Amino acid sequence: MAGETRKSRQPMPKQEPYERVRNFDEVALGYTEEQALAEAGRCLDCKKPLCRDGCPVGIDIPGFIRCIAGGDFGSGIKVIKETNALPAVCGRVCPQEEQCEIKCVLGKKGEPVAIGRLERFLADYEAAEGKAESPALAVSNGRKIAIVGSGPAGITVANDMALLGYDVTIFEALHAAGGVLTYGIPEFRLPKAIVQREVEYVQSLGVKLLLDFIVGKTRTIESIQEEFDGIFVGAGAGLPWFMGIPGENLNGVYSANEYLTRCNLMKGFRFPAHDTPMKQPSRVLVFGGGNVAMDAARTALRLGAAESHIVYRRSREELPARAEEAENAEEEGVIFDYLTLPVRLIGNEQGWLTEVECLKMELGEPDASGRRKPVEIKDSSFLMKADAVIVAIGNSPNPLIPMTTPGLKVGKKGNIEVDEETGKTSRDGIWAGGDVVTGAATVISAMGAGRKAAKAMNETFFPK
Amino acid sequence: MYKVVERRMIVPNLHELVVEAPAVARSVQPGNFVIVRADENGERVPLSVADWDREAGTVTVIFMQVGASTAKLARLKAGGSIPTFAGPLGQETEIGAFGTVLCIGGCYGIGSVYPVARALKEKGNTVFALLEARSNFLLYWQDRFKEVADRVIEITRDGTKGYKGHLTRLSEILTLEGIKPDRIVVNGCTFQMMKVSEATRPMGIKTMVNMNPIMIDGTGMCGVCRLTVAGATKFACVDGPDFDGHEVDWKEFLNRRRTYNPEEVHPLRKSGCASHF
Ligand SMILES: Cc1cc2nc3c(=O)[nH]c(=O)nc-3n(C[C@H](O)[C@H](O)[C@H](O)COP(=O)(O)OP(=O)(O)OC[C@H]3O[C@@H](n4cnc5c(N)ncnc54)[C@H](O)[C@@H]3O)c2cc1C
Ligand SMILES: Cc1cc2nc3c(=O)[nH]c(=O)nc-3n(C[C@H](O)[C@H](O)[C@H](O)COP(=O)(O)OP(=O)(O)OC[C@H]3O[C@@H](n4cnc5c(N)ncnc54)[C@H](O)[C@@H]3O)c2cc1C
Ligand code: FES
Repeated sequence: MAGETRKSRQPMPKQEPYERVRNFDEVALGYTEEQALAEAGRCLDCKKPLCRDGCPVGIDIPGFIRCIAGGDFGSGIKVIKETNALPAVCGRVCPQEEQCEIKCVLGKKGEPVAIGRLERFLADYEAAEGKAESPALAVSNGRKIAIVGSGPAGITVANDMALLGYDVTIFEALHAAGGVLTYGIPEFRLPKAIVQREVEYVQSLGVKLLLDFIVGKTRTIESIQEEFDGIFVGAGAGLPWFMGIPGENLNGVYSANEYLTRCNLMKGFRFPAHDTPMKQPSRVLVFGGGNVAMDAARTALRLGAAESHIVYRRSREELPARAEEAENAEEEGVIFDYLTLPVRLIGNEQGWLTEVECLKMELGEPDASGRRKPVEIKDSSFLMKADAVIVAIGNSPNPLIPMTTPGLKVGKKGNIEVDEETGKTSRDGIWAGGDVVTGAATVISAMGAGRKAAKAMNETFFPK
Repeated sequence: MYKVVERRMIVPNLHELVVEAPAVARSVQPGNFVIVRADENGERVPLSVADWDREAGTVTVIFMQVGASTAKLARLKAGGSIPTFAGPLGQETEIGAFGTVLCIGGCYGIGSVYPVARALKEKGNTVFALLEARSNFLLYWQDRFKEVADRVIEITRDGTKGYKGHLTRLSEILTLEGIKPDRIVVNGCTFQMMKVSEATRPMGIKTMVNMNPIMIDGTGMCGVCRLTVAGATKFACVDGPDFDGHEVDWKEFLNRRRTYNPEEVHPLRKSGCASHF
């Protein structure tokens, strides 16, 4: 293979920026077979595959890439599914550049193998073939498991426990399953049909799904415990943070959760065919620099905003978003205002947002997170016009379940405390994992936690 | 899917909806609300519970037809079904042994304050009910209130039943009726809750209001329902919906309620209840 090909990866075919900002269709179109073969051909198949260590669930990465290179896509997907139940999702949304791909030896001299894109290729191949193999249904072992929340953590536990023969019921607060994958991450990045497919898959394993069921309200954990042998809490980190600055309750100020939920879950972008309305602001400022902020800023463009800004207090280097999504946002024309800190929101007589007062920042000494701390520049205050602000500075776990479950230990930020290896909480018979334990994190870490908890639960009921 | 047991118009523009929702019926308390979707493309609409039957597994709400979603609900028939009836949500209304409590209901709030009055009575309080409407033909459930309240008082704007005028007359009415409440609970239109709070502030009577901001999830996930109470931001769906009316920032609240007015065609005037928001 020519040196150049070794150095650079196959580019991801995408919708053109000018086109995609006007629709909600998926931006990245996925590798063609030729591209997948070429990209798989770049893999050195290292003896000691470092990429695998970088994967939070330890997928046999060289193993599946070898299958692709050999043209045996069917076996490739099986290799992935041994450790990852949601490859179509993870291939699209995992921050590969800081997990598996960062460890790839090719990355030292050029670009690492596009592991995430290959994972997605296999998952899409399987879906297109339409013959996702359902494993043989396990014989019932007579035990009942309740799962709170249908996000990636809950779905993973449901999948694993159903395969072990448990009678599994998922309780979901919203009217649709999937957690953040459904209400948070937009259609143009993760088509809802894919999430739906994964949900239907676990249902095909016999898992029951009870929607509109708010655990802690409709029934408490304790009352559910009377009927089930074990409970897994995967309720996510759904409580949106605000900045606590003046003017945050003005009209036109949204949490990212509200903005994205209106659009994704309630299909506000199809208003009035769907009943939930969405405003059509022209100048949108999004506070924050993570995936959530990118999703909100890009959604605003698609809803017709003339200008959509990311207002971030650090610099581009510290952006916590997936690199690919920040690039996509830049291509689409999102304006990045780095080193900028909003301090006050200003409104008119009717209570509508009109302007935002900001300060200019500079980077100082590294802080606890190891990143250089933004410090205010004196007398640098200035105003930015805005008719919508979307606050995307983070989420923490919803207090509903801890509040209604006596004896369930939680940490300072409301996250449920667990034993890291088993996901066991302070209360017997209750396990937890995903964002509800870690605070807002990633899809793959939620899945990893689910997998560990499922294993631990099974070992509790059937000690080896 | 949740089965509709009954849906009928009880007074012009106000509908009683009884839905089979055993899990909700089992744990519902006075002051709670449910989130309802009329069909698969429907909005998530919050509605207060007005009654329930734990054994039959049914829950009753009273809703006013104001926009697209409530219009869909108004077309439901017994035997039909709706995709979402989630709850019970929110903190329940505080039911203590307060002494004398005045329960004020207007519009849909006549319905939702009924279980509050009932529970307060069971707790041993002296309970007075004050029901408000534009005209006598818009009042309902007086019989039910008579069973749980020591006295039922009415007020209509046109004077066709009971006192004539607005709830701004509250202090005068209390004197005329010889009532000295230790606490007042108000359910219904925002405007009315605000007016009552203003009227009771100088009297120093604790006044609990059942706030009704715009909501989406109703579980604390989106923050659209936030309001300022005693200077702090609260989420009505999880911290409320009951708050001390003297501590609510009403101006901000009314502004936030109007966020989607231009988008939502609202036949409010036709309903004659211009103060619904
Ligand atoms: C906009 C956005 C973009 C993101 N982008 C990425 C990305 O690109 N890559 C990535 O790896 N991660 C991303 N994340 C983070 C990732 O989505 C989460 O870390 C992951 O979904 C956590 O999974 P979970 O199963 O723990 O919880 P969730 O996905 O939050 O699911 C929890 C579920 O529990 C339900 N629930 C909560 N309380 C109750 C209750 N009391 N009763 C019943 N049900 C309840 C909720 O309704 C929800 O459906 C993003 C997050 C957001 C918000
Ligand atoms: C906790 C809570 C309890 C409630 N209980 C009841 C009840 O028991 N019975 C009842 O009839 N209504 C109740 N409401 C109000 C009810 O939710 C709204 O009237 C309903 O959402 C309007 O939906 P729509 O699509 O028919 O009207 P829309 O088209 O959405 O709106 C019509 C008009 O109503 C206004 N509006 C929008 N959202 C709300 C809202 N959440 N509350 C009030 N007005 C709104 C709009 O600004 C618009 O002017 C409650 C609200 C809350 C938050
Ligand atoms: S309705 Fe979403 S947080 Fe209250």
